[in-house]
Amino acid sequence: MTESARDGEYDDWLDAIADGGGYYLECGNGHGWLPPRRVCPKCGDRDLAEEPLPDGGEIASHTTITVPTPQFEDDAPYVTAVVDFGPVSATGMVRGVDPEDVAIGSVVGVEVGERETTGDRAVVFRPR
Amino acid sequence: MSDPRIAGAGVTKFGEHPERTGRDLFAEAGLEALDASGVDRGDVDALYYGNFMGELAEHQGHQGPLMAETIGLEAPATRFEAACASAGAAVREAVTTLRNGEAEVIVVGGAERMTNIGTAAATDALAIAADDLFEVRAGMTFPGAYALMARSYFDQYGGTHEDLAHVAVKNHEHALVNDHAQIQKEIAVEDALEAPTIASPLGLYDSCPITDGAAAAVLTTAEYAAEHDLDAPVAITGTGQGGDNLALQDRPHLAQTPAADKAAEEAYGDAGVGPDDVDVAEVHDCFTIAEVLATESLGFFERGEGITAAREGITDRRGELPVNLSGGLKAKGHPVGATGVAQLATLAWLLDGSHPRADDVSDATVGVAHNAGGTVASTTVHVLEVAE
Ligand SMILES: [Zn+2]
Repeated sequence: MTESARDGEYDDWLDAIADGGGYYLECGNGHGWLPPRRVCPKCGDRDLAEEPLPDGGEIASHTTITVPTPQFEDDAPYVTAVVDFGPVSATGMVRGVDPEDVAIGSVVGVEVGERETTGDRAVVFRPR
Repeated sequence: MSDPRIAGAGVTKFGEHPERTGRDLFAEAGLEALDASGVDRGDVDALYYGNFMGELAEHQGHQGPLMAETIGLEAPATRFEAACASAGAAVREAVTTLRNGEAEVIVVGGAERMTNIGTAAATDALAIAADDLFEVRAGMTFPGAYALMARSYFDQYGGTHEDLAHVAVKNHEHALVNDHAQIQKEIAVEDALEAPTIASPLGLYDSCPITDGAAAAVLTTAEYAAEHDLDAPVAITGTGQGGDNLALQDRPHLAQTPAADKAAEEAYGDAGVGPDDVDVAEVHDCFTIAEVLATESLGFFERGEGITAAREGITDRRGELPVNLSGGLKAKGHPVGATGVAQLATLAWLLDGSHPRADDVSDATVGVAHNAGGTVASTTVHVLEVAE
């Protein structure tokens, strides 16, 4: 892999998830976002606090991708899902379950995995 | 404030032209539009030009001035980028500028070259309309994003892949007489259902093709058109644009497109019309589900009811509200940076009677164009009306 800069707070966030201490950012009005954020896009509040990411979330929607980008060539087919953690949602790849059995409403936990194609880190969800 | 007129339009055949450069495609569309308009090239005040993936597909940025010179203009030129709504954004800016009185003639257009880089690289290039950190790195593709929206729609409102197949069947049928269209081939519901899956639940026939092409239109003020005795019967009477969070994960729901709601509300208010006044629409059906979401945002159907409109024939060319008589992005093709102006051209030709499908809407006086970028984080809506 070529040397490239870390993506600041995004990579810090992945590090935290990998260490079991995932978090999200919450504004004074309770709106949740994933870092990096300097301001709440919804209300403009700049006072954002780190809150622990809930242990499990529910799959809001999912798709099994069979025609990937070149960076995911060896991963395909794979499942990508948006997972609702309550105050915040996240997008990642669902592993540890047959794609046929992935369902809206299923509870998953979040961890950091690797893409098979490039070895880059990726957000991964696994059934809880 | 008078409403701008469409004095002329030009569109290349959409399709696979891997050997044709972007500048060659745009030259064809732009010169056709200028010739059709009857406007002297020296009177053109500006070129507003849409393009999305020029850097990736042709290693060419700064395409505004390049495209001005390819059509023989010395006017200032600016490129607009709003993913697949790039040309719609260019149109909106032109409308605003003409209304302000800051210009009398503006050429709007767009071009995209996509097939020369192949399917995998084009998929990659399209994907970057999504959020790189949170979506692209999670393996999301452009079809994948719409698949997430489709599955969420089915979950919230009901509907099936078969309902979506009817959207594809309709748009393919509409394109049969459109010689500009990339695909002129009738399909059956079974064909769509049996096609290979790209991103479940969406298959190959739920998706628009990868397309090369260009479109251009000459917009002018009503005063200039009258002074120069131009044949420009169609006016742009309403413009609107809406925005949303870039990433799907940051939106309150995946089965609605509020950016399009906002754009529609603004455009309808601007034109002083409502959804019931619309006779014909060209909407951004990059995927079959996108047409459903668009028609609901445009107020043609209640939430959850747009899914059956094609199956019931309402949006068919023989129906109450024909949608995508051009064949839509699905069959006409989707050279992303050109699409918004191609929609404008289609509607102008439908309303002035010169489109091959004009007979299907021979009494039409109001048309609406809906152009969406990415997963509808950008949307423009324009209302066109027969002015004379
Ligand atoms: Zn907030």
